[in-house]
Amino acid sequence: MTPDAIALMLVSMLVLWGGLGAAIVNIVRFKGPEPTESMRDL
Amino acid sequence: MTTVKAPIDRGRFSNKTVFIMAAIGSAVGLGNIWRFPYVAYEGGGGAFILPYLVALLVAGIPLLLLDYAIGHSQRGSAPLSFARLSRRLEFIGWWQVAICVVIALYYAAILAWSAQYIGFSFTQAWGDDPEAFLFGEFLRTEAGAITFDFVPAVLIPMAIIWAVTIAVMALGVQKGVGATSVIFIPVLLIAFGALVVQALVLPGAVEGLQSLFAPNWSALLDPAVWASAFGQIFFSLSVGFGIMITYASYVGRKVDMTGSGFVVGFANSGFELLAGIGVFSALGFLAQASGAAVADVVSAGIGLAFVAFPAIISQAPFGALLGVLFFTSLVLAGFTSLVSILEVVISAVRDKLELGRVTATLVVTVPMAVVSILLFSTTSGVVVLDIADYFINRFGILLVALVAMLAVAWGVRRVPWFAEHMSRYSSIRLGRWWVALVMFVTPVLILFMLVQEAITAITVPYEGYPAWMLGVFGWGVAAAALVAGVLLAIPGWRPTTPLEAPMHDEEVIR
Repeated sequence: MTPDAIALMLVSMLVLWGGLGAAIVNIVRFKGPEPTESMRDL
Repeated sequence: MTTVKAPIDRGRFSNKTVFIMAAIGSAVGLGNIWRFPYVAYEGGGGAFILPYLVALLVAGIPLLLLDYAIGHSQRGSAPLSFARLSRRLEFIGWWQVAICVVIALYYAAILAWSAQYIGFSFTQAWGDDPEAFLFGEFLRTEAGAITFDFVPAVLIPMAIIWAVTIAVMALGVQKGVGATSVIFIPVLLIAFGALVVQALVLPGAVEGLQSLFAPNWSALLDPAVWASAFGQIFFSLSVGFGIMITYASYVGRKVDMTGSGFVVGFANSGFELLAGIGVFSALGFLAQASGAAVADVVSAGIGLAFVAFPAIISQAPFGALLGVLFFTSLVLAGFTSLVSILEVVISAVRDKLELGRVTATLVVTVPMAVVSILLFSTTSGVVVLDIADYFINRFGILLVALVAMLAVAWGVRRVPWFAEHMSRYSSIRLGRWWVALVMFVTPVLILFMLVQEAITAITVPYEGYPAWMLGVFGWGVAAAALVAGVLLAIPGWRPTTPLEAPMHDEEVIR
């Protein structure tokens, strides 16, 4: 692979998979209130 | 906790993880695997990441959050949510339901083909000519005519897929829809991850990746490339046709909705990148094995899945394993999407008629299964499917999304209120940036895409099909969805169905 193709592949991975990782970390670390009880599903 | 008797227990996801998995299950579908790699390759290769990322952040996630806001604040299916915003907007919800009916009818057929090809991977039933096998021996396609000559090799797996789907839907929101995604999405990730590993070690894989990621910077000056990036994000995220409205209505009041939206958006795009790497590694191998350039073997959609991949499977070491992983991934990704599409319809019928879960499931899915099998397990099924898919995506989903955005933003002017609602318990506040995107930027972009698509569809007969076929199964089906939406909005709601959104979760528990 050419250097620019490798660079763009790494950038794509960093942006999309890194973005996913950051979004997951954000939602896990957020201490907002959650419902204490799950509801029935009939 | 106070429990107020309500007319219907709509069901709900037990926690935000189940909701996120269900939303990812809906977003990650066939298009992630068989459309994105081609769109990225055509749109500048590695340079495509720029318009793609802009499209994700400027249109995809903001639209996703708008759908969430509608469903989460109004606590109803798409028709009920729009009716609660304004009785005059209810038709938009039913229009979305009608679009989901059309899509579900043909989606089951593609799952049936994929399921059959899992078995064919062992026998390599396609021989030396996968294309001739697909349209000849397997689908027995008769071009230019509509027939009711059934193809047992399609009919039987379709019947099985509908039976399994009906059983899952009858189990309810948490035990059916939610549990399916919680199980299937990790399995999909493992299966496709294994496929990518196998594809990466094939000879020629590097050339495939070179073709996918080599940047063509001049493509960024082409408006069509930007339009295709926005189109890919739009169609891939399952936004604009009721799914995310319905799913968000099943989520607790105090769940981090904006944080969830970013996870879903990036998970969907992250999977697309994984699909691109796997597909182009395999195409690189095919090019090398057949002595051709990668550009000569690149394809998308049905051609990629059922023509190019069988050719790869025939020539690759451990090809049967590659085939099982690929077609199993298609079935898993497609099944969770089919479930989400049907949930839009079932939820709407439940809300309108105040039916129990099992009754509503049977009332909706059994007739749909019959029509689906009658239309798409025949020798003309693939032609009808191709036309309906092309037109309903463009002049169904794209159009209804535009109308919904304009109605919410400029008709009832609720976008600032939605921003406040969504920010109340969420990690990422929706400020003026989101209001501006949803009210101004995204509608203009969708309108631009729609005009482009309309010009293309009018000036160039799609795939050269006869005009009457395009009229009936393309324009006709898209128009019928709109007419159905208007007609279904005429009957009133039952007196026991409140047309104001419940203030508390407790109000939706029997």
